[in-house]
Amino acid sequence: MVSAALFDLSHPAHYLHWHFFQMSVANVVVILLMIAVFVAAILIPFPKRRRES
Amino acid sequence: MSDGEGRPVSPEERQMWTTWVRERAVGALPPEKLLPDRQPAYVSSWIYVFGVATIAALVVVVASGTILGLKGPEWWHVAGIGRFFNGIHLWAVELFFFAMVVHLWGKFFMGAWRGGRGRTWMTGAIAFLVAIGAAFTGYLSQQNFDSQWIAFEGKDGLNSVGIGSFFNVADFGQMYTFHVILLPLAVVALVVWHVLLVRRHGVVPPYPAKPTPPPQQAAPSEGSAR
Repeated sequence: MVSAALFDLSHPAHYLHWHFFQMSVANVVVILLMIAVFVAAILIPFPKRRRES
Repeated sequence: MSDGEGRPVSPEERQMWTTWVRERAVGALPPEKLLPDRQPAYVSSWIYVFGVATIAALVVVVASGTILGLKGPEWWHVAGIGRFFNGIHLWAVELFFFAMVVHLWGKFFMGAWRGGRGRTWMTGAIAFLVAIGAAFTGYLSQQNFDSQWIAFEGKDGLNSVGIGSFFNVADFGQMYTFHVILLPLAVVALVVWHVLLVRRHGVVPPYPAKPTPPPQQAAPSEGSAR
């Protein structure tokens, strides 16, 4: 059911518009998330495997 | 030269295409290279996880898409479990592209085409482009108002770049065939080729560190011990 969705999808998407730039808020959020995950993947240390005794 | 069991290959067997294919395949990708148990130390980073995350999402995309295709549009629009699988298919695609874009950024900044890895880079880039086509035809195959809207927007887009005569994006049958057979086969084949090339050439090493100038040695002062 659409009413059970986390977000109410029964309306037109919200858009950001700045000069020539126009993009839906959903797409902007996804792009920002990808950038955040990319930066985190570089900065967060990878867990090291324990040496076998 | 011998066969896989150590038996020498006779001249007659050497003319067989199976011998030629086997020797080429094992020569290019010996088993220890195809299924390695070690990786270089620099692979120990989260940025190397997104390639296999993309493949994991692709497996879910193909599996859920197969079930959707077998059950049909009425099932995925009306039945509760059908809508659930429709959601799995959509979100697996979202994760597929999310992971693939982060993988692409990582490989771009690593210069992953270096060291004879040009074909690895190109197969990945082409797989990305073909996957966009697969996603586009998927949106066209939804069988709802959304797909009609996307079809008529897409029609204008394809016409504007001069390839509109090759596709009829408003034709469900044509787009569905592209979506469930042709483009998935192309994506999977490209991904398999890409992974085999990664196995053959190995993961690209990091850029070499910039050489640092040696520290200036202090001039010996007068009276210092010789």
